Amino acid sequence: MTFEVGSGLSIGVILTTVIIVAAMLIWVERRLLSFWQERLGPNRVGPFGLLQVVADMIKIFTKEDWIPPFADKFSFVLAPAIIMTVILMSFSVVPFAPGVGVVDSNIGVLFVLAMASLGAYSVMLAGLSSDNKYALLGALRAAAQMISYEVFMGISILGVVALSGTFNLREIVLAQEENGWYVIPQFIGFVIFLIAGVAESHRLPFDIPEAEQEICAGYHTEYSGMKFGMFFVGEYLGLVLIASLITVLFFGGWLGPAFLPPIVWFSLKAFAFIAFFILLRAAIPRPRYDQLMSYGWLFLLPVSLLNLLITGVIILSTS
Amino acid sequence: MLTLIKDTLTSQVVTLWRVFSHLWVKADTVEYPDEQPYMFPRWRGRIILSRDPDGEERCVACNLCAVACPVDCIALQKTEDEEGRWYPEFFRINFSRCIMCGFCEEACPTNAIQLTPDFEMAEYKRQDMVWEKEDLLIDGTGKYHDYNFYRVAGKKIGGKDKGEALNEAVPVNVRSLLP
Repeated sequence: MTFEVGSGLSIGVILTTVIIVAAMLIWVERRLLSFWQERLGPNRVGPFGLLQVVADMIKIFTKEDWIPPFADKFSFVLAPAIIMTVILMSFSVVPFAPGVGVVDSNIGVLFVLAMASLGAYSVMLAGLSSDNKYALLGALRAAAQMISYEVFMGISILGVVALSGTFNLREIVLAQEENGWYVIPQFIGFVIFLIAGVAESHRLPFDIPEAEQEICAGYHTEYSGMKFGMFFVGEYLGLVLIASLITVLFFGGWLGPAFLPPIVWFSLKAFAFIAFFILLRAAIPRPRYDQLMSYGWLFLLPVSLLNLLITGVIILSTS
Repeated sequence: MLTLIKDTLTSQVVTLWRVFSHLWVKADTVEYPDEQPYMFPRWRGRIILSRDPDGEERCVACNLCAVACPVDCIALQKTEDEEGRWYPEFFRINFSRCIMCGFCEEACPTNAIQLTPDFEMAEYKRQDMVWEKEDLLIDGTGKYHDYNFYRVAGKKIGGKDKGEALNEAVPVNVRSLLP
């Protein structure tokens, strides 16, 4: 079995790596947050606390996996599976390096957006089936937030798609080899995609669906054990996905000076964005729910449309 | 919209930078079991019963500590030895109740009961939090090295008559007419 795009080996390696990276992010996030708060963070288990992940895993696997008697069992069990599945599916179109990837889809960008939309079902089903007022509130907020931020997320990428002339993520990277990173011509698109990505993976400061201080844990209030763990890892997987997408779409994917292999460049760029997301969590307070919605519809939507319009005008006038 | 962009740049980005710059500030954490904090000598921690410089128990079982204790965690019973000296038959402190207020130490007339800087008193069983006299009694004098209650007190006990204590004059015979 050879290691090439679409082979069973590469699928297995990518799946395992992505899940391990997402699990390690639990430790990375706690450590980075603590550094920014002048603490030390988890440093007791293993060297630099690296085995904290193992300890967390043992804890979460051996916890009681309880389904509340008032919950709708089928959708309650289905919901965490959906979020893991759709996000892992999204990784299939991400080009990590030349020859590393699962599939070279011609509709890669659309596929990612479609999968992100399906993720909203997971959150909604979790909140509805829990039969809990906090879960329902969280689900309501999540549905509204994810659906509205998906709009600008899609529109903000369209500038890149128009410049490169393809929906294929690998070809978008290759197009950046000739034209330079798209963050320069598409800076506004990049900023909007960043914001929408944070909202899409409901990370702080846009963690309104699961705001602990307001509505317990939102849609996963009733979840425990590994089902909670799947939501938890799903959130980190979403973080890795958004960071990878930003790297691919705006920062030239695996491209970089030749003294490092392409996969290292990709990882470095993606990790920089993951660290930036964690910094956002450390620094920015959560907006109110109506602020989030009006910010999205009244500011981000017109700006992203304008960006697309201007990009289109420039492309048409230069070609 | 322009003000929104300006606010975003001045407020949010500055916030991000300020928080990020904490990366090179030394952490405040004291890694406790590896790194012991300095405990001040007057720290109010585990309670001990001290001995006088002669090696006898200082406690005279006056019960003032038990009375002063706001949570009633001290229990003791007075008894006497053959010299007429008071001492506690048992002395029991329930540390699961103790709030380390130090009132017992302040009430003690003989400096017997003292609080120490030790705070590592966790136990697995609740019953182990009840300390008896043999657990509480130490071999030293604690914070007051020279103090010996029976040496300075006017009370007569076996081996020491009235007027034989330190800084004490022989009692005046008030019925005598001699100068």
